[in-house]
Parts: sequence; structure tokens; C-alpha cells
Amino acid sequence: MSSDSLRLTVRQLQCERDERVLFRDLAFQARAGEIWQITGANGAGKTTLLRILVGLHGFYEGQVRWHSPLAPDLLYLGHQPGVREELTARENLRFSAALNNQPGDVDAALDAVDLYGFEDVPAAHLSAGQKRRVALARLWLAPKKVWVLDEPYTAIDQNGVARLDQRIRDAAGDGTLVLYTSHHRVGDDVRRLHLGAEAPA
Amino acid sequence: MSGPWWATLRRELTLIWRSPADMVQPLFFFMVVVSLFPLGLSPKPELLALVAPGVVWVAALLAVMLSLDGLFRRDQESGALDQMLTAPVVSVLPVSAKLLAHWLLTGLPLALMAPLLGYMMQLPVPALATLTYSVLLGTPTLTVIGAIGAALTVGLNRGGILLALLILPLYVPVLVFGAGVVRAAVDGSPTQGLLAVLGALLALALSLGPLAVAMGLRISAGD
Repeated sequence: MSSDSLRLTVRQLQCERDERVLFRDLAFQARAGEIWQITGANGAGKTTLLRILVGLHGFYEGQVRWHSPLAPDLLYLGHQPGVREELTARENLRFSAALNNQPGDVDAALDAVDLYGFEDVPAAHLSAGQKRRVALARLWLAPKKVWVLDEPYTAIDQNGVARLDQRIRDAAGDGTLVLYTSHHRVGDDVRRLHLGAEAPA
Repeated sequence: MSGPWWATLRRELTLIWRSPADMVQPLFFFMVVVSLFPLGLSPKPELLALVAPGVVWVAALLAVMLSLDGLFRRDQESGALDQMLTAPVVSVLPVSAKLLAHWLLTGLPLALMAPLLGYMMQLPVPALATLTYSVLLGTPTLTVIGAIGAALTVGLNRGGILLALLILPLYVPVLVFGAGVVRAAVDGSPTQGLLAVLGALLALALSLGPLAVAMGLRISAGD
């Protein structure tokens, strides 16, 4: 594979939290179009690893390098959906879109996550799964080079899971690097990164 | 680069508009605290006029401080703050829009209320204009300084008291010059110099403050 498809290099990454080593000597290289599933027991440091990668967590040793001419054009969906209850689904998504410089049809994106008819409902009246869908709708806006998704499948129903699988595979097909934490496997060609003790075979 | 800034400003104004209690409470606090002084001290006009500059200014300062505790909290709890910090724009942009929206809906109404409360406190009428100018120039500085404290304490459970301990000492210069300029107006001394000092403090806060707030948020997020 050519070197300009290289997106991310991690070398000898080590992170400690409360005197406990979360991971040590973590190293991997991720390229455009790959899907990386990060697994591990609860408390193994999956969320911390993603936060280190997107630059939210600064207390680590080792090297994290994004290969792109500019800052990585990334989309981060955190553990919390980032949806304010006072705002409607449409207002929430429109703000995320403007902030992340993601032009696109906001209503069509909400439609794609099955929120048709809920655009003007304040998020306080939406269920946990629907709030998560408001956040996930960002994946249907303008493409990004990198997606970093923290437990995107939480509180999503079966139908939504299938649709999200499809979306992640499509994006990877278009060259997006996807890193996500979940126990759900998107497909067979997913690379797996396991944190903590080796998983049982 | 103006897209994210306008979007944040619009969002913040909508948010404050949807929960008006957050906006009205500091204003009521301001009014009630000032009204307590004539009751507690004595209703003698000479005495009230003497303490009025300090009383109005301390009350305004506390009102701004109280309003700042929740500035970033709900964004942090909902995860929206992480979005702002990972967005491909300098985080100073959304932060400064947030600060402006906050000032428009707390500092500005406080400045508009100040002359009424000053009148109630028997300030001579010519000094009321100076009082308004001083609060108008001083409250944005208070908002920015307070936001630095709010950014650093956003992840803490009981950040309220710590926030007060952190930022009240930093409010001292604004209070000294703010109340001082009103006292000068009461005495009939020139006020331009002191107003200019307030303006200088404001310029300093506006130029460096949003950067400090953004860095504070980053430090809080990393924990």
C-alpha cells in the first residue's frame, strides 16, 4: 500500500491512570479505508485511548502521529452523545455541522437515522437511543478522513445497528479510516485491537 | 471562519432563551442584594449615598460570578464540550461566542439595571451615567475572568465554592476601579482616567481571556 494512505501511527503508547497501567507498548499503524475495532474489558482504557487519539487526553507517554498535511480532518463521537436537551434534534445537528465544518442536508441526515418527524422535538423528549441517533446523524453529513467513535452501538436497536454497519462499511470504502470501540463486529475485514489481557480464543 | 462562530452564538442565545431562569436569577439576585442594604444599614440618604458605589459594584460582581458556575457544566455533562474541543476550528472561536452570548444576557442587563439601583441608593443623578458606563465596561472583564475559573473547575463536583475562591481575588482590580470611578463622579472629580483603566482591563481580558478559557477547558477535559 502506498505511504500516502497512511493516516495514523502510534508508537510505544503508555497510559497510567490512578497508579494503574491501562496499556503499555501499544503500537499500530492505521491506513485510509481501514476499520479498527478496539476491544477490551470494562476499564481497560478504550475510551482513554480514543481521547488520547483525538487530543482530549494529554497525560500519556509515547507517540501519536496523524499523517496529513493539516490537522486530521476527524469526527469524534464521544461516550456522551453531545446533544443538549433544550435544543431540538435539528438545532443540535445543525450546530454540530457548522462547528465541524460539515455542510450537508441536515434533514436528510436525520431521516437516514430514522428520526423523520422528530426534527422539531426538543431532545429532552427523545429517548436515549434517539439522542444517540441525533449524534450519529453526523456520519451522514459531509465525509471526513477519520472517524473516531466511542461505543456508537449503545442504545441502538437492531434496525439501526444494520444501518450503522452499512454506513461504516460504505465510508471505509470511500477511504475513511474508522476507529471504534464496541463488542459488535462490523464485518469480517475489521482489524481488532485488544486492550488488557489477551482475549480468550 | 465565521460559520462556527455565528452558529455557536446562535446556539448559546437559543439555549439561554429556552431556560430563562438562568438569565433572570442573577438579575434578581443583584436587585435583592442591593435592596437589603437600606434595610440593614439605615435609610439615611447621606449614608446610603456614601456606600452606594461599593454596594452596587459588589452586588454586580457577585451576580456575574454566580451566573458563571454553570457556563460550561451542562455542555460538559452532555458531551458537547468534547465536540467543541475536537472540532476542526480553533477552540477560541466557539469559546468567545459563548462568552459574548453570556455577557449579552447577563452583563448587559446588569448594566441597564445599575442606574435604577443607584438611584434607589440615593446616588446623585449626575453620577448615574458614570455608574452605568463603569458597569458596562467592567462586566465583560468579570465574565472573561470568571470563565477562566469556570473552565478550570468544570469537571469538579463541588466547583462552586472553589470557583469563588479562585476568581474573587482576581476581581479586585475591577472592583477597585469600578467603585472608584463612581465615587469620583459623586465627588465631582474627573472620571475619564479611571474609566480608561477599566477599558484597559477590558482590552487585556478580551485579548488574552478567551485563549486562557480554551486552555482551561482542555486541561479539564484531559482529566
